[in-house]
Amino acid sequence: MGSLATVDVIGGRYSGGLVRWLATLYRRSDAVRGYTLLSPTVLVMLAAMAAPMALLAVYSFWTQDGYVVDKTFTLARYAEVFSRDSYRELFYRSLYISSLVTVVTVLLAYPMAYFVAFHVSDRTKFVWLILLTIPFWTSYLLRVFAWKIILGYNGVINSGLMALGIIHEPLEFLLYNTTAVVVTLAHAWAAFAILPIYVSLEKIDRSLLEAAADLGDGPIRRFLRITLPLSLPGVIGAAVLIFVPTTGDYVTPTLVGGSDGVMIANVIEVQFAKIGNWPMGAALAMASMAAVGLVTLLSVQAVRLAVSRTR
Amino acid sequence: MRRRGPKRNLGLVFYAVLYLAFLYLPVLFLPLFSFNDSAFIAFPLVGFTTKWYGQMLADSAMHTALWNSLKVGAAVALASTALGLLAAKALTRYRLPGGAAVLGFTSLPLFIPDIVLGISLLILLNTVGMQLSLISVMLGHILICAPFAITVLMSRFDGFDKSLEEASLDLGENAWTTFWRVTFPLVLPGIISSLLLTFIVSFDEFLIAYFLAGTEATLPIYIWGQLRFPYKLPVVLALGAVILVVSCVLVVLAEWMRGLGQGGKRMVGA
Repeated sequence: MGSLATVDVIGGRYSGGLVRWLATLYRRSDAVRGYTLLSPTVLVMLAAMAAPMALLAVYSFWTQDGYVVDKTFTLARYAEVFSRDSYRELFYRSLYISSLVTVVTVLLAYPMAYFVAFHVSDRTKFVWLILLTIPFWTSYLLRVFAWKIILGYNGVINSGLMALGIIHEPLEFLLYNTTAVVVTLAHAWAAFAILPIYVSLEKIDRSLLEAAADLGDGPIRRFLRITLPLSLPGVIGAAVLIFVPTTGDYVTPTLVGGSDGVMIANVIEVQFAKIGNWPMGAALAMASMAAVGLVTLLSVQAVRLAVSRTR
Repeated sequence: MRRRGPKRNLGLVFYAVLYLAFLYLPVLFLPLFSFNDSAFIAFPLVGFTTKWYGQMLADSAMHTALWNSLKVGAAVALASTALGLLAAKALTRYRLPGGAAVLGFTSLPLFIPDIVLGISLLILLNTVGMQLSLISVMLGHILICAPFAITVLMSRFDGFDKSLEEASLDLGENAWTTFWRVTFPLVLPGIISSLLLTFIVSFDEFLIAYFLAGTEATLPIYIWGQLRFPYKLPVVLALGAVILVVSCVLVVLAEWMRGLGQGGKRMVGA
């Protein structure tokens, strides 16, 4: 407080009312002080995220020939993205794979989150939550790599089954296909599903459940009419948090996807790292984000509608 | 109702155990085969050896990559936690018009695929003419770590009573001493937790570093390079096992610190 009073005095003496006005404003206004504190974080985010994304958008309207970038505005890259069959197929496949991953991960996680929220004592809850989040913080690369070891031609499953005498030839359908990608991603993103669903289940007022039971709702009706609709924000949050990043996943399709499991990120990486056609890569990235955004919005609306019907 | 409870409970317990197995078993194959005396990662296990760990320790390229990752991780942990601290205090202690929108903006990196963050930063650095180096990796990592730091620290700020700070101000401390003598000690468990978690996120991150590192490899980039050579896989497994163990220890420590925070809330509240 003392230092601000000094500012007031100095301001009054040397530069008239302006400094004093600013100092008073700073002291009185929560918003001004709050935003002053926020500004470093917001500036870093603007410089490291907003500016690069804007440049990415600009790049997607340019042309590159060898090392020369032609900066005339053109929609040619987007025309190529939408007209080439291989790209269209790639988009469909990426969206299909991550939708599947989202559904599988959320369905598997829901009972787990439900268990921790409703059937575990407050003391052990903490332990369960730590147990469920530890794998999420450990190396993504290594978790994906573990599945390559498990599903591989000479991998854990094949060599294990052969050592047990159950099969005599390695099973070839385990690795390098869509299923391998889905299983690996469902494993890698599990924590992203459990935590949001758990939080929304935990928030449910228990007296609502008791009231429903008292009024004669069976456990299934009670779940469908109260628990499920009230946990919906968590389910939707989890789904978005999984669907959006997995569509752009690179490590998993590269390690376990083979040629059947190639996804958008692999093609973007090729444009940037190998072919060196940045505008093309930028257009693919922009188009994929637009597609993902659109699918996300539509499915969130659809789910909301479907659940409001069942109530 | 109540009679049916325990039976359903048992089914859920069984499911929960299965789920934990699904979560942990795949990863446990890394340490298992890292001690197997065979260049092939396959059953049956041949015999116990620590030679892969010996080879790992002798690898000088690995040492460089490890040192790079430690430098990046430490810098990123400090920077993103500092940014998180400022943002969390602003978002919990001031009535901000549009605060929710700012919070949404700062959590955007969680919703943008890493590959897009990586390539767009690559374009920006290229445009402003900055050389790719560990500095650019740090920038990318601060971006993805800041949302975690903000979340961890906001829950910590929410966890203690605002009136403690007000009391300190009323008793004549200024904003600076109030921060160091009241706020900082109360938020400290959250700060340590945030430092550990952001360090791990940066230490384990591959894709953004892959685009931004230029010629200097971080540990995940080094591992990625090794995956191409089948004869090097056992050494990668040994390295992976060490990383997993260290990550787990740090996470448990971080979560424990956060748990201390919740204990503190109860104490302060009472």
